[in-house]
Amino acid sequence: MKLTLKVWRQKNASAKGQYETYQVEASEHMSFLEMMDVLNERLINEKKEPVAYEHDCREGICGACSMVINGQPHGPMTGTTTCQLHMRNFKDGDTIHIDPFRAKGFPVIKDLVVDRAAFDRILQAGGFISVNTGAAVDGNVIPIAKESASKSMDAAACIGCGACVAACPNASAMLFVSAKVSHLALLPQGRVEAKRRALNMVRQMDAEGFGNCSNVTACEAECPKNISVVNIARLNREFLSASLKAEE
Amino acid sequence: MKLDNKVPAGPMAEKWTQYKSTMPIVSPDNKRRLEVIVVGTGLAGASAAASLGELGYNVKCFTFHDSPRRAHSIAAQGGINASKNYKNDGDSDYRLFYDTVKGGDYRSREANVYRLAQVSCDIIDQCVAQGVPFAREYSGMLDTRSFGGVQVSRTFYARGQTGQQLLIGAYQALSRQISTGTVEMYNRHEMLDLVLIDGKARGIIARNLVTGKLERYAAHAVVLATGGYANVFYLSTNAMGCNVSAAWRAARKGALMANLCFTQIHPTCIPQYGEYQSKLTLMSESLRNDGRVWVPKKDEDAKAIREGRKKATDIPEEDRDFYLERRYPSYGNLVPRDVASRAAKVECDKGHGVVPTGLGVYLDFSTAIERYGKSRAHAMHLDNAGAATIRRLGEEIIEEKYGNLFEMYEKITGENPYQTPMKIYPAAHYAMGGLWVDYNLSTNIPGLFALGECNFSDHGANRLGASALMQGLADGYFVIPYTIGTFLASEIRTPKFKTDTPEFDAAEKAVSERIDTLLNNNGSESVESFHRRLGKIMWEYVGMSRNEAGLKTARQKIRELRADFYKNVFVPGTRDEYNPELEKACRVADFLEMGELLAVDALERRESCGGHFREESQTPEGEAKRDDANFSYIAAWEWTDIEKEPVVHKEQLTYEAIELKTRSYK
Repeated sequence: MKLTLKVWRQKNASAKGQYETYQVEASEHMSFLEMMDVLNERLINEKKEPVAYEHDCREGICGACSMVINGQPHGPMTGTTTCQLHMRNFKDGDTIHIDPFRAKGFPVIKDLVVDRAAFDRILQAGGFISVNTGAAVDGNVIPIAKESASKSMDAAACIGCGACVAACPNASAMLFVSAKVSHLALLPQGRVEAKRRALNMVRQMDAEGFGNCSNVTACEAECPKNISVVNIARLNREFLSASLKAEE
Repeated sequence: MKLDNKVPAGPMAEKWTQYKSTMPIVSPDNKRRLEVIVVGTGLAGASAAASLGELGYNVKCFTFHDSPRRAHSIAAQGGINASKNYKNDGDSDYRLFYDTVKGGDYRSREANVYRLAQVSCDIIDQCVAQGVPFAREYSGMLDTRSFGGVQVSRTFYARGQTGQQLLIGAYQALSRQISTGTVEMYNRHEMLDLVLIDGKARGIIARNLVTGKLERYAAHAVVLATGGYANVFYLSTNAMGCNVSAAWRAARKGALMANLCFTQIHPTCIPQYGEYQSKLTLMSESLRNDGRVWVPKKDEDAKAIREGRKKATDIPEEDRDFYLERRYPSYGNLVPRDVASRAAKVECDKGHGVVPTGLGVYLDFSTAIERYGKSRAHAMHLDNAGAATIRRLGEEIIEEKYGNLFEMYEKITGENPYQTPMKIYPAAHYAMGGLWVDYNLSTNIPGLFALGECNFSDHGANRLGASALMQGLADGYFVIPYTIGTFLASEIRTPKFKTDTPEFDAAEKAVSERIDTLLNNNGSESVESFHRRLGKIMWEYVGMSRNEAGLKTARQKIRELRADFYKNVFVPGTRDEYNPELEKACRVADFLEMGELLAVDALERRESCGGHFREESQTPEGEAKRDDANFSYIAAWEWTDIEKEPVVHKEQLTYEAIELKTRSYK
């Protein structure tokens, strides 16, 4: 299949970027990133700079890959990361626009690579249970209802890719933050610090320059791991109750 | 060089406990004065950095990723072993130890494995406390399942994302230490050399991958947790960035590399389908709990399938060869990985493969779907349920157990595995070999430690499923926090190191020259094309089946390719910017050296054991034939000057708690 790619190229964080157009021949069995590899191999053979993009596991779990494809983070398939997207979902002759994840909180490093360190800092603000190594009791001492463990797991499946931010017109990070708050708040071990966690993570999220949630729910639609906006409702509840009861 | 494994005296089951209570420790006040560098943030690195930070050491932690959470431990699907015996099925520390040593074909160090089994239960407790959402039963208790090579149910799991959940647990613990300031985190920093001062590991040279600047970091000790080298095969289940460079740079500075020829080829991966392919995708071993592996019995059926004239469902039951059940009746589809992989190769070599390349077998769930369907129909009192209902109910149960794996398979292949059997083939997956370490996880360079996949110690010649996560976390949470004290206790008077010393100057200069060589080469071929060629050599001659002539050829071809690389490689861009091609070039340059040593090790070991199959050493039935009389040792290689021949140092393996036996899964 013959494709026309319009790819965002930007030398570095301070450079002005622009779109470049490339013609690529691909097979429908290729993954989207293998198609990009073909393009890059050709650029290298022509002694040009390949397109920088992030990727690692290519199994949809590490959260490194991060392109906006035809206006959608991770492309047109639901519940799919860019690395799991295959060319059989495109047609011969298609024109494909490829952009980085754009948000104030995710500055561009080069081409399609953005800096998502803000997510690390939000997590460092409270996305953990404060237990030291060696201080644990037997794993079966606290029974956890299958349903709670399962709901917690649904939220914990977040891969921290940032598609939710890229999809949101406000560049809000609420789905990411709510997934972490829910993962831990749904477990008895996580309840102890639930209040502090919700307050501190939200405070850090605001400090990083992410926008507010206005219930567009594009985050849920584009999330490659199908994280539900129910988690945002839970975060709002946790945050509100923590704010009302806050003693500090 | 005399290798001292530092295994403490005493009965096997008491060694670790006794040693822990008598080993030198560092007081809290002194810990605050000591600095430790941890390279890598997978399960081993993140858990080590977090635990050392909690103890009060000043930790600097490095990853080449944009975040610690991206490390490839995240991709482990199936689960983590622990000898909890929650199922009342006869599990114990001894049994886990025994299974691991046997599974490793009696080539691991007994005392290390026993300790691994002993701390396995602590890992589960620790992870639960951190909020890892393990699968639960309706009672609220932890659920387990079975994996290959064992006859008990001891594998704890979080759907098909166990590695992800355990890594997030360790990442969260690490994040907490970063927030308290005990750990300084350096994302997007790649270690390019190790710095030795007076023969001890005292620092690293790292490249800031965003600015391209070479930076110097000093510490009292350096801990490597940088993963395995399966990407030497180019096509593997490892992530694209997985590399051997940190470990290899240590090797070039004198650290020994042990048992490199023990590489694991995982039996259940999606077969290769094109030349442009960049990696192979693993389908979790847990699928072999319910999937039956088969190929057509008749040559003409296999040919018809390959040519698209027949489908799997057209082959009647009696014309299917369930070859694992046939050859290994007691373990059946749950034989260890090396055995399952080789058996698949045997069938495909006979011409019974079921994909166009001839390299693929079926993994079929129809029997399990029917069995589960009937059982659920019975539970729902649907005694007259028709075949369609039973099938639907069965598919529901399979979806609950493996839904995400089935979905992933369908995305990649475009085929629905509920309706047609999966097609699978073995692929390079894991490195049992790695840096030689003693009982303290210290390499032969004082102050340099190696944890997780990057050391060689626990899995012998073959790793059992769900044991990699166990080892990574055991090393990081429960071993290194103790054993690092054996070195640091004598360093409490050593002041912090400066980085403006001749040793750092020399190391940085060497790295800088290596980078310039690559960038100024001005050849015409991409780094990727060299990596691909290296992978082909490795897979053809040093893959699932090896022989003397092939290994010699491989060595010659790798040397030629390495020479060609330095003549013809083209690396675009500059050194002072974000330059992924330069990163790759440095890694491939190291693989081109390490790959040769792997072939040398495979050549030297003239026996078959675990993942290392030498055609010259097999039984009449084609099973691996071990040679305990001549090869019951760890081969630790010294190769600081690649213009010279590598030198082998041998550590004899002794077995006191287990009797050496021929491994049988029949």
